[in-house]
Amino acid sequence: MGDMSNANRSLTLEGNEQGFATTKVDAMLGWARKYSLFAYPFITACCGMEFMALNSPRFDLARFGAEAPRFSPRQSDLLWVVGTISQRQGPVLKRIYEQMMEPKWVFAFGTCASSGGFYDNYTTVPGIDKIIPVDVYIPGCPPRPEAVLDGLMLLQDKIARGERRAGVVKPRVDPADHVKELVQLRRSANDPSELAPRLHAGVRK
Amino acid sequence: MSQLALDKLKERFGTAILETHSNYGDDTALVDAAQWKAIGKFLREDPALDFDLPVDLCGVDFPDRLPRMEVVLHLYSIARHHRVRVKTRVGDEDMDGADLDSLVSIWPGLNWLEREVFDMSGVRFRGHPDLRRILMYPEFEGHPLQRTYPADRTQPLVPYRTEDEAGMPLNKLEPFGYDEGMPFGRQGPHPRAEDN
Amino acid sequence: MEPLDIELDEGELELPAEPMHLNMGPSHPAMHGTVRMVLELSGETIAKVDVQVGYLHRGFEKMCERGTWAQVFPYVDRLNYVSPMLNNVGYALAVEKMCGIAVPERCQWYRMALGELARISDHLTCDGAMAMELGAFTPFLWFIKAREMVWDILEEETGARLTHSFGRIGGMAEPPTPDFKKLCLAALPEILHVVEEGERMLLNNRIFLDRLENVGPISKADAVALGWTGPCLRATGVSYDIRKAHPYLKYDEVDFEVPVGTRGDTLDRFLVRLGEIRQSKRIIEQSLARMADSGPVNCDDPRVVLPPKSEVYTTIEATIQHFKLIMEGAKVPAGECYSYTEAGNGELGYYLVSDGSGTPYRVRIRPPCFQIVGGVSKLIEGRMLADIVPTFGSLNMIGGECDH
Repeated sequence: MGDMSNANRSLTLEGNEQGFATTKVDAMLGWARKYSLFAYPFITACCGMEFMALNSPRFDLARFGAEAPRFSPRQSDLLWVVGTISQRQGPVLKRIYEQMMEPKWVFAFGTCASSGGFYDNYTTVPGIDKIIPVDVYIPGCPPRPEAVLDGLMLLQDKIARGERRAGVVKPRVDPADHVKELVQLRRSANDPSELAPRLHAGVRK
Repeated sequence: MSQLALDKLKERFGTAILETHSNYGDDTALVDAAQWKAIGKFLREDPALDFDLPVDLCGVDFPDRLPRMEVVLHLYSIARHHRVRVKTRVGDEDMDGADLDSLVSIWPGLNWLEREVFDMSGVRFRGHPDLRRILMYPEFEGHPLQRTYPADRTQPLVPYRTEDEAGMPLNKLEPFGYDEGMPFGRQGPHPRAEDN
Repeated sequence: MEPLDIELDEGELELPAEPMHLNMGPSHPAMHGTVRMVLELSGETIAKVDVQVGYLHRGFEKMCERGTWAQVFPYVDRLNYVSPMLNNVGYALAVEKMCGIAVPERCQWYRMALGELARISDHLTCDGAMAMELGAFTPFLWFIKAREMVWDILEEETGARLTHSFGRIGGMAEPPTPDFKKLCLAALPEILHVVEEGERMLLNNRIFLDRLENVGPISKADAVALGWTGPCLRATGVSYDIRKAHPYLKYDEVDFEVPVGTRGDTLDRFLVRLGEIRQSKRIIEQSLARMADSGPVNCDDPRVVLPPKSEVYTTIEATIQHFKLIMEGAKVPAGECYSYTEAGNGELGYYLVSDGSGTPYRVRIRPPCFQIVGGVSKLIEGRMLADIVPTFGSLNMIGGECDH
């Protein structure tokens, strides 16, 4: 689905890159938009705690220009859907999305917003893409702030290139690349913790 | 916990106290639904008992026996440091007759708890000032915590987008079908066997 | 202009006025997420308020019936998501009460230390958010910085910053890391330092005090009749703390005080939480001093605790035990049981009904902030619109818990 192979690298825009920002004006508008996102934090649940941590000095969101929260949909262009959306909240989300003006982008922050999470029941919307279109999915329960920043950078790439296909944030170190080290079993009757160095050694880079 | 409360209840209400037990250290009394309000008043006003903090009210559904819905009230006394659990049973198979007196006049804190029991389990409280749904939306039909309500029956307020509209696959990998995965938690026959 | 024909008394020009309906909608800037308040205002004064919760109802109780007893831990984490360890420990204690299991001492001290760290994180978030909503953004950032220190410790221990799912029936998921005590003892003075800085900035500020003092008061009798517990109840003057009144784990062996307020207004609720952070620090220091450095953290009851992995791969008994515990769940004896602990917001109770199998029949959580938010109309009616923000913030409504 889209540009997932280079999901984590920042691209600088050049004339022969793929994408739709083919004119200098588009490139400039894309550059301006991506570094001045006004966020509407539609916060419902636990992911809100990580959102607060994101604004905190350690994982500073201000250095991306995306810190300013605007609690009116008329004044914002990035809808952060943070946390589980219940069926009761669905119409509220849809209305807020409709009230925002173009150009607008949507983050699905967290697994509950991306797919309903493990609340597969009568009261949860199984992913907000059933209600509104989503630009970047950030899985995690809750996602680490670093993952969210990756998602933000991915969104900024998409804005710069004018691309509207959805993307998903992948982990920095993909466990699928380290299958051999992770699956290796050591039989040790004495000390089960001997397994531990093996497991971590492969994944640390 | 409070053995004293159980003794006084039995002494005062006699046959209305259908059974008592103290399993796991919790003193519990199962009472007759008709005496619910009188028993509540007694527990609140008797000076030796003085149960002033309404801790919790919930419904537990036992669809295999009648009456089906058990309403459980937990009480605590701040001055005397003792607790009691008082239960009653209401409702038949279709939840007809699941009516109980409201105890809001005795403990105002039960206002929202009774609304929640109504919303989730379907028990109506006579005399409640404002009995409407609290956790679910007003358009919702059914009472989710009854065992007969399937956990994954959704009643969306906003119709879901279609894949054409979205231009991309919206249904990710299906979760386990009915026959796959862990066997616990399956209730009733295969969902395709009955009209969902 | 024509002259008025009607007789008018001095100063009495009656205009028909209907109260204005204002919706403080479910998408709320005050970071409490999802509460809707339908207000009837006459001017700035609130005539009536209808607080509507349930916008974050996630069906926790129904989901618990679809798994095993141990699979409830992740759901329980997401109830009070600012202090998830307290929820984990509370649930583990509830199931252990029903199974009749006692965990080893080392685990009890460990649970206490982690629980109090979670409580510190909860109170820091609540007070920080309250300050931010009143316009004081800097103390919020300072408190979040202190919260990051707590989360660093929890990440080192459990692997996750926020929703650890670290509790297990019969113990914890992993024993403490070798550096746990060092980390805590190094971080706690830093956290206190940050709290003191925040206090210096806020509690001498005339504007802050005016917005909190005598705002949203409630009397002792009203609070008790509404079912309030925890810091909100203690701010009214009732010193009911489950850790003192009905001690569990090893709370009767540590020395701490219970901060109690006097007037039950927003300022008292704010100060009680700051006081509790200091008391939690004392509890953690004492628990760490008493916690052994070696020894088992899980009890060795094979009915509930998973065997070590090396045995699972080599012996058949351990394989079968592991298989049965995962596939069928720990078999908890039939019956019903109510177990309560002091969580960040008050008495967190779990009412468990078991039918003797590995799947819970009913898990009812008694959420402390549900009752507290039920009393909001009493606090707000008759006051001004701007008083809602600090009052509601001081109650620490956590959506996951309130709407379970």
